[in-house]
Amino acid sequence: MHNRERLGDRSGRRPSRKQAARAEGAAGRRGAQPGQKEQAGGSPRPGSPRRKQAECRRHLEPLGERGRSSAERTSKGRRKRDGRASLKKQRAPPKTEKEVSRQEEMWKRPKKHRPPSLASSASGPECLSEEERARILEQVEDSKKLIATMRNKPWPMTKKLRELREAQEFVKKYEGVLGKGKGKRLYAYRMLVAKKWVKFKRDFDNFKTQCIPWEMKIKDIESHFGSSVASYFIFLRWMYGVNLVLFGLIFGLVIIPEVLMGVPYGSIPRKTVPRAEEEKAMDFSVLWDFEGYIKYSALFYGYYNNQRTIGWLRYRLPMAYFMVGVSVFGYSLMIVIRSMASNTQGRASDGESANFTFSFKMFTSWDYLIGNSETADNKYASITTSFKESIVDEQESNKEENIHLTRFFRVLANFLIICCLCGSGYLIYFVVKRSQEFSKMQNVSWYERNEVEIVMSLLGMFCPPLFETIAALENYHPRVGLKWQLGRIFALFLGNLYTFLLALMDDVHLKLSNEETIKNITHWTLFNYYNSSGWNESVPRPPLHPADVPRGSCWETAVGIEFMRLTVSDMLVTYITILLGDFLRACFVRFMNYCWCWDLEAGFPSYAEFDISGNVLGLIFNQGMIWMGSFYAPGLVGINVLRLLTSMYFQCWAVMSSNVPHERVFKASRSNNFYMGLLLLVLFLSLLPVAYTIMSLPPSFDCGPFSGKNRMYDVIHETIENDFPTFLGKIFAFLANPGLIIPAILLMFLAIYYLNSVSKSLSRANAQLRKKIQALRVVEKSHKSVKGRRSTAESEDTAKDASQNATQLQLTEEGTTPHPASQNQTPGKKAQDPGTSSSASGTTLPASRHLSGAQPPGVRPDSGPARSQTHPWRSASGKSALRPPH
Amino acid sequence: MGNKQTIFTEEQLDNYQAPRTVLRAGPQPRPHGLQEESHRPRAHEPHHPDAGAPGTREAAAAGQENPFKERIVEAFSEDGEGNLTFNDFVDMFSVLCESAPRELKANYAFKIYDFNTDNFICKEDLERTLARLTKSELDEDEVVLVCEKVIEEADLDGDGKLGFADFEDMIAKAPDFLSTFHIRI
Repeated sequence: MHNRERLGDRSGRRPSRKQAARAEGAAGRRGAQPGQKEQAGGSPRPGSPRRKQAECRRHLEPLGERGRSSAERTSKGRRKRDGRASLKKQRAPPKTEKEVSRQEEMWKRPKKHRPPSLASSASGPECLSEEERARILEQVEDSKKLIATMRNKPWPMTKKLRELREAQEFVKKYEGVLGKGKGKRLYAYRMLVAKKWVKFKRDFDNFKTQCIPWEMKIKDIESHFGSSVASYFIFLRWMYGVNLVLFGLIFGLVIIPEVLMGVPYGSIPRKTVPRAEEEKAMDFSVLWDFEGYIKYSALFYGYYNNQRTIGWLRYRLPMAYFMVGVSVFGYSLMIVIRSMASNTQGRASDGESANFTFSFKMFTSWDYLIGNSETADNKYASITTSFKESIVDEQESNKEENIHLTRFFRVLANFLIICCLCGSGYLIYFVVKRSQEFSKMQNVSWYERNEVEIVMSLLGMFCPPLFETIAALENYHPRVGLKWQLGRIFALFLGNLYTFLLALMDDVHLKLSNEETIKNITHWTLFNYYNSSGWNESVPRPPLHPADVPRGSCWETAVGIEFMRLTVSDMLVTYITILLGDFLRACFVRFMNYCWCWDLEAGFPSYAEFDISGNVLGLIFNQGMIWMGSFYAPGLVGINVLRLLTSMYFQCWAVMSSNVPHERVFKASRSNNFYMGLLLLVLFLSLLPVAYTIMSLPPSFDCGPFSGKNRMYDVIHETIENDFPTFLGKIFAFLANPGLIIPAILLMFLAIYYLNSVSKSLSRANAQLRKKIQALRVVEKSHKSVKGRRSTAESEDTAKDASQNATQLQLTEEGTTPHPASQNQTPGKKAQDPGTSSSASGTTLPASRHLSGAQPPGVRPDSGPARSQTHPWRSASGKSALRPPH
Repeated sequence: MGNKQTIFTEEQLDNYQAPRTVLRAGPQPRPHGLQEESHRPRAHEPHHPDAGAPGTREAAAAGQENPFKERIVEAFSEDGEGNLTFNDFVDMFSVLCESAPRELKANYAFKIYDFNTDNFICKEDLERTLARLTKSELDEDEVVLVCEKVIEEADLDGDGKLGFADFEDMIAKAPDFLSTFHIRI
């Protein structure tokens, strides 16, 4: 009994003497004299109701007390009542013997009121009535909730620990009573699994981030140069990914099958270097021009044979070649449009953060995880940069200037730039004309041969800075300015591109017109070779060596070579520009600054800024070249992949080593859809010439996979006719019927129109909703500010109130704690109603209990006072207060 | 770490076992991991670079680089001067752990950014925060502009400084507050 009491009680809270008295009281009430405790507790007569009762009570008493105190503490702790209860316990002054016992009795009451009711049923879980069960369950749930929400409370750890322990003990104990104790291990296990899962997810995320190539490099650049420069590198990386896919397509489906299964090198004329070129075919200068051995390799169109199937796989190479050519464009179109769409989708979701740009930057930009000093430096830089970006945006939106002057300057700038564009267009036209004359002449100099390329490079080098200088007049926000700049340089480059294409087309037509004569020559040569006299007629002549067969010029390969050269020279020009324009300049500025008469770093040459527009457009046009050329030079994509790879590393290095951030670091527009739009335009423009050549020019008669056919797309007809069942052929023929195609196109237009109008209405609704939110926010703000002003006016009062409350609280605590008896007297007075004198309850109760002990309910006499006494308790402890027993 | 091996008593371990299972937080209650803390129960947090457990070391490294490190210890110490008792230390990690709830984090974040502990984030606090975040690389007028903008954005009751309610309202909308305001243990 003692042990159990002590176990249930918080040990050491009370003087032991009191405990003894209490134990006595408890025992006495149970109808046993202090001396008879052993007998009462240990060996009641079997079968007697009293025994059962006693057992039940003994079983439940600690629970009751524990339950009360802990429930009280847990639920009341937050209401500051907790102190009162425990203090009362602690400081209960040992007054006179009588008082103590009475007090003890009073103490027991609230504790007891549950056991009696519990005792009405049997011991163990089955002795709980429904109500008790529900109540305990409720308390357990409360405690559990407390445990669960403990983490949300900004308490110091000591308090948390204490509350937690109590709640846990309580739950542990009562879950056992309610038969729910098994959950703990499962809970721990689940916690463990959850923890491991979180860790795994984190590691996996880290892994995924590490798998993104160049992420660290780009972040590094972003933190120093701002998101606009980083956007170029992200674009470059995206482009690299696209090119890798194209490379995989072309290499996997065209080049590798040809190399592995096709007729080997030197077996047929198209795969052999002609006799005339043989001596110089391995010279570097020849190879550098993609002539010689490289020209007659699988890198170019002309190498492929027109055999319908090759190798033991019976791989239909011409068909594959055609389909890959088409799917390169198909895939590129799809991926560009898809990424444009996803960029637009991402833009819709950032409505909220626009309201808190600076606040979020201020309070959530530092990543507390950073533990590496280098990363930390980068983070400082990036935070500073991002603040600067936002500041530029902010200043720009606040700028009020002379609109007329600005407009005048803008018109002037556009006029100047249009002049520049026209001038450069004429220059290109002039040069192309001249080059056509040169091409007719013999022995032209190196300059005259390469005049077009040189002029174009020069234009590309000098026009963009000129545009930039002129654009300074316009005074746009740098982001808008970048777009204008991009558009203008795009126009310039477009001129270049089309003059180049026109020149190429002329060349192609020239070669096509010569083709017929060459074809005849070839026939005649072979005919003469086989029918020539002076050879033994009986023995068939060995076939003519492939190198000696005269052949056509193969315009497709020529086009491919042209693109190949352009790509390589473009790459070299870019690298040399970076090396000279950025790196050497930076070195010069850095080291000559020690012995120069003015400050080079701050003054004239300074360091170079990263030229976003030029680089982006260079990349886009280069990609246009690749798209155009890849049909005629399958190896071009491979070269381009190499180029992008090297330029990634090279430019990253160059930017970090020799460039300075822009004077006004500006934020890239969230979606770089502008880049994508330009790319899409270029893709379309490069699709046109390729489609034209495929559809309307006859392929060369003696080279390439389509040789001997009238048109390149005949390969599809051929496949459908020969390899598909006839009904499929009929279906295809039916599908190609204009009567079906035109309605289909009409249908598509209708669908586009419908979807477009839907998206317009949706975006309008979106804008309206956003406006509403904004308005609400303004209203809320003004409302709160009114309230805030009022509250600041009242704040002094409230502060006073608060202090008064605090003192009152202290007072009540002090007032109640030293005299628990006085508190108990109020219930005592109330308790007189049932007729039982409460003052005498300490002594009379055992007696009455003793008297009524035989009665099965056995709780009536003290249930009255208990009920009356619960009222203050209930008011004090809310849920934990016990309802009157039924 | 010295020769002295400080071992936790069963009871102490038990104490912290409880918050561990429930809070899923706090340093690993291994005696070795926390030796140093028990050595110096009032350890000053930024100066314990080599606590035994690797996790604690990592967290300590994160502490080293943090521009608000003094503020963090001050916010978590009971005396407000950066002297952490062991309980404060555990407390700090339980708030900064990954799974601590947003309100709790917001509460302590507010304390951290409130430099002069007047329960408001005023302009002075903002300036100091900004100076720490950018290593004072912004110009004078830029700093002023940023602080004004922050107040303008987040101050709902119009008193020219951010109370906790303002701060909480703002932080609740921040997309990456939870992902950045934690220390990996």
